[in-house]
Amino acid sequence: MTWTTNLPIISIKDVHKSFGPLEVLKGVSLDVMKGEVICIIGPSGSGKSTLIRCVNALNDIQAGSITVEGQEVHDPHLDKLELRKKVGMVFQQYNLYPHKTALENVMLAPVVVLNQDKDEVEKRAYALLEKVRLKGKEDNYPGELSGGQQQRVAIARSLAMNPDVMLFDEVTSALDPETVKEVLVTIKELAAEGMTCILVTHEMGFAREVADHIYFTDRGVIVEHGPPATFFDDAKDPRTKEFLSQIL
Amino acid sequence: MAICNIPGLNTLRSSDLAVMYSFREKYDAPDRSLSFARWLASIPLWAVFVFCAIIVLYPTLVLAQSVAEREGPFQVLLRWMPLLLTSGFTLNILISFLTMALGTIGGVFLGLAQISPTRAIQVPGKILTHTFRNSPWLVVIFIVMLSIPNEVDIFGQTIPFPDWIKAVLGLSLPIMANVSEIARGAIQSVPSGQWEAAEATGFNRHQILWRIILPQCIKRMIPPWMNWYAILTMATPLVSLLGVGEMVTTTRLAMAAENDRPDLLSPFFGFCLVTFFVYCYPIARLTIRLEKRFAVKL
Repeated sequence: MTWTTNLPIISIKDVHKSFGPLEVLKGVSLDVMKGEVICIIGPSGSGKSTLIRCVNALNDIQAGSITVEGQEVHDPHLDKLELRKKVGMVFQQYNLYPHKTALENVMLAPVVVLNQDKDEVEKRAYALLEKVRLKGKEDNYPGELSGGQQQRVAIARSLAMNPDVMLFDEVTSALDPETVKEVLVTIKELAAEGMTCILVTHEMGFAREVADHIYFTDRGVIVEHGPPATFFDDAKDPRTKEFLSQIL
Repeated sequence: MAICNIPGLNTLRSSDLAVMYSFREKYDAPDRSLSFARWLASIPLWAVFVFCAIIVLYPTLVLAQSVAEREGPFQVLLRWMPLLLTSGFTLNILISFLTMALGTIGGVFLGLAQISPTRAIQVPGKILTHTFRNSPWLVVIFIVMLSIPNEVDIFGQTIPFPDWIKAVLGLSLPIMANVSEIARGAIQSVPSGQWEAAEATGFNRHQILWRIILPQCIKRMIPPWMNWYAILTMATPLVSLLGVGEMVTTTRLAMAAENDRPDLLSPFFGFCLVTFFVYCYPIARLTIRLEKRFAVKL
């Protein structure tokens, strides 16, 4: 089956995932169209992060199906490199390579993994760092950058692979309140450019502002979902209501 | 008749109340991987001078008891010193360098084998590591030195195996096993987020290891690696038991040449000790300094 842009770019169908005896995902389904921004919210331990980690095969699943651009992710013969070229991921703890400068962090994957021309990659890396507002920090090591700056380098590093989809796993949870904003601005700009984004977040205001669709997960299932306006103002499920009343 | 009971002294030390034990012991426990360097570096420099003074005094006392007029023990030592250093200690250094090089290369690969996801590689890696790490060095050296022939014929060419080369091979096995553990520990101390971030940008396992994880390990590996270098250098005289002409062997031959005079014993072997100390002490001090510096920077 060939994928076309009128089909969901990511399609998750009845996904089950367990860590040993603990079932973390108990049948989750959702579709993401190209250019859409979706936010997954919910209490800790509800399986949000696990779900997006399954999308780029960092975790495997026990049952169900996840396709990215029509390609089944949990196929044992999956070409992982092809998948990871399409799906970029940013982590809560940045996970920059501490022994490489900001520029080298951005350049490493295209040069080593894709064998692209070093000079061309370098030009692109400079442009990407400028785009995330880190011009002048190219030669700094991660240890010399603030959390917000490190997280933006991590976003640039992921973008350097030219992904079609970006996954953001609680990317602002480890940041100081004052640096959260600079990272959110960067993500908002990406979304405005038409990048397909899946965000796991605790920033409700941001989710409301940027998302096309909100999913609320609790105990391994999607309890409720809808466009932000309906979701935040007119939640139906008692669990959603309780969660929102605690957080808003 | 006990007037009062003091727990832990004349009565059992126990309590039905919750007791919190000190955490200090656990957290302040010195890193055992650097135990030798730490001990060596902790020796104050004046101890060496005291030691030298004892070597000087002892033979003078022995000498005072003998009546025969002959060359003083230090004149004899002075005469032999150049030979002891150039043909003796130089060989110790050479053996230690080559052993460390061989042991490090072997050890890094053995360490990689230990963390291999393939059981057929992982299990032999673990067995080799733990076997050679826990065997007496001298036994390993004996087995290696006695099992390797003195020369091999390859394509009609005779390649000789001198004793000191065999000694290098024998010593490098325990070093390899210990470097293997250092490498395994260093690799596993890199946060798993590094693996995940690299995996998410398409690196395969091999690329992650060589491009991202191992470069970060080098810094962590240097202090324990230097610790083992100091231990190895101190252990090189073991091979004198098999007749390799290193410093201790040369010393024994020199003393034999001087008719095994009893007053030569402490100057000659004392000189060996001081030489090894002077060589290893700065290494130990540097190891501890580097360890402190890296610990802050990590």
